Amino acid sequence: MLQETLKLALKAIRRNPLRSFLTVLGIVIGVAAVIAMVTIGNGTTAKVTSEISKLGSNMLFMRPGQFGPGRASTTAKSFNARDVAAIETQIAGLRAIAPISQASETVIFGGESRSSSVVGTTGDYLTALDWGLASGRSFLESEERGRAACIIGETVRSKLFGSTDAIGQSLRVGKISCSIIGVLEKKGQSGMGTDQDDIVLMPLRTFQRRIAGNTDIGTIVLSAQNGVSTSKIQANVQRLMRERRNIANGKEDDFSVNDMTQMLQAMTTTTTLLTGLLGAVAAVSLLVGGIGIMNIMLVSVTERTREIGIRLAIGALESQVLLQFLVEAVVLSVFGGIVGVLLGLGLAYSAVSYLNVPFVTSLPIIALAFGFSAMIGMVFGYFPARRAASLDPIEALRRE
Amino acid sequence: MTAPQPLIEFRAVTKVYGMGEALVHALAGVDLSIAESEFVAIMGPSGSGKSTAMNIIGCLDTPSSGEYLFQGIPTSHLSRAQHTLLRRHMIGFVFQGFNLLPRTSAVENVELPLVYRGMAAGERRDRALKALARVGLEGRASHTPSELSGGQQQRVAIARAIVTDPAVLLADEPTGNLDTKASQEIMDLVTALNRDQRITVIMVTHEPDIAAYASRVIRFVDGKVESDVARTEVA
Ligand SMILES: Nc1ncnc2c1ncn2[C@@H]1O[C@H](COP(=O)(O)OP(=O)(O)OP(=O)(O)O)[C@@H](O)[C@H]1O
Ligand SMILES: [Mg+2]
Repeated sequence: MLQETLKLALKAIRRNPLRSFLTVLGIVIGVAAVIAMVTIGNGTTAKVTSEISKLGSNMLFMRPGQFGPGRASTTAKSFNARDVAAIETQIAGLRAIAPISQASETVIFGGESRSSSVVGTTGDYLTALDWGLASGRSFLESEERGRAACIIGETVRSKLFGSTDAIGQSLRVGKISCSIIGVLEKKGQSGMGTDQDDIVLMPLRTFQRRIAGNTDIGTIVLSAQNGVSTSKIQANVQRLMRERRNIANGKEDDFSVNDMTQMLQAMTTTTTLLTGLLGAVAAVSLLVGGIGIMNIMLVSVTERTREIGIRLAIGALESQVLLQFLVEAVVLSVFGGIVGVLLGLGLAYSAVSYLNVPFVTSLPIIALAFGFSAMIGMVFGYFPARRAASLDPIEALRRE
Repeated sequence: MTAPQPLIEFRAVTKVYGMGEALVHALAGVDLSIAESEFVAIMGPSGSGKSTAMNIIGCLDTPSSGEYLFQGIPTSHLSRAQHTLLRRHMIGFVFQGFNLLPRTSAVENVELPLVYRGMAAGERRDRALKALARVGLEGRASHTPSELSGGQQQRVAIARAIVTDPAVLLADEPTGNLDTKASQEIMDLVTALNRDQRITVIMVTHEPDIAAYASRVIRFVDGKVESDVARTEVA
């Protein structure tokens, strides 16, 4: 009898292809949306977290202004070379101190050109960020006094030089031309999705004089020696800089010094927010899918009630009718659920490869999305049937 | 001569719909007894309770009061499932409104009672096609109800009722949508079933011509039996 019931259920599904299709579609949309969104959100979080933790826990970032919600940072004045010198001489326990100034410039070699991030800094930059050279060398002291030497990132190398050796060639950066002394190791995309290898490093002095036209320093990266606590350095630097920037007691800093955990916190707050937002969008899709299913089921309830009446009248037991409707609901829900899971994972997969974030699926979320949609399918497919099947056959037949 | 145990017996059966002002006595105390192998026609004006009585006989509905006995067994003592089994194994019902499954082919509609009897697919199909042939619908087996005329749908409904070889055939205006020729063919079929297979036939009709096929005519008026005459006496 079970086999017959299955056949009856499949017949009923085929007999009304549009209704079946729309029911499955509702489930597919809900399940796929939830899975895609949550997977993308999780991947982004994982990526950001791993990127930041890769930077190392002994780093401090110092920037003018205060960051965070509701705070403008534009009015705070930049740092300068004397600040760097003061930190270097007065703060103990530092392994590296790298001043950074940055601009976007057109770089040209041969017939090729592109817009890249040009960073004025010192050799300490590579030490502080633990960034090695693929070939060539770092800046010499003589070059740091203002020579036009530069180190290029992998993207710049491959896009402009292709298979020719870049070392020793002359690269045009904005209005100046500098000779390439080194090529950086490939680093890949940052947590925010920017290409970290699309970069040209040059000595800070050279950058200030010939590109920026001022003596400002945007960011200072500090790296603590092994075993030295970053929070102690952070406090010392903060005290020193307050003094240097003449900040009165009780007034807020007009600069910020953050270590990695604080950066991580700020970033994960953002990505958690993102995941939450994506989750909300997905929940709405799930709900919309659910309401779709509900609609279809309720619209067809009269027809199905009559059908139940007919079946009861010609000798079907209540339990047989219910089993048929249950099988129908299960088949549609499970089919929709499976298609939804596959579609969701597929969408998520193409999205994460496009965004270049890891593919992090969450089984509980898949189960939850699947369960919720299946439940809607069951509730709205099965429960009206249960009511109809408990009527006297003639009652069910009379429904209009 | 003592009458044999009646197959169908109504004892003061009533059926009440609605309440208060809108109270309707569809059946207002009906006593009735029909023996096995009888061919009974039920007549009467519209709204006199004919369909209501048929539904109770067919175990599709239950009386408000009184007792309906099938083969001497009071049906009020039977469970829902027992009612269903009675319908499944004893009764073929032709509804006034056909009640075919929509978007389902004629042959699948006719097969359905056999599905619930647990018959194998091949045999089921054979019998369904034969039943369709008997009502003159050989060529229409794969048509769905919406592709059939009213008269053709009615004949599918008749085929569905007789496909199980029921002990009792209940037909609520089985020729209501048929022309004279088709009506005659159907009535010849019903008469043959009654005569050759000893199937008890109870049939509602408005047409004296059709009632004339029956051996007994019961007339309902206002939910009561007004007259009950054997045809030999009528003639
Ligand atoms: N579900 C119901 N609710 C309320 N009243 C009903 C219901 N079903 C039938 N009736 C009433 O019961 C009475 C008998 O109805 P029934 O259908 O038995 O008549 P009938 O003799 O079959 O009529 P017809 O020849 O038109 O088919 C009618 O007055 C009808 O209005
Ligand atoms: Mg009627």
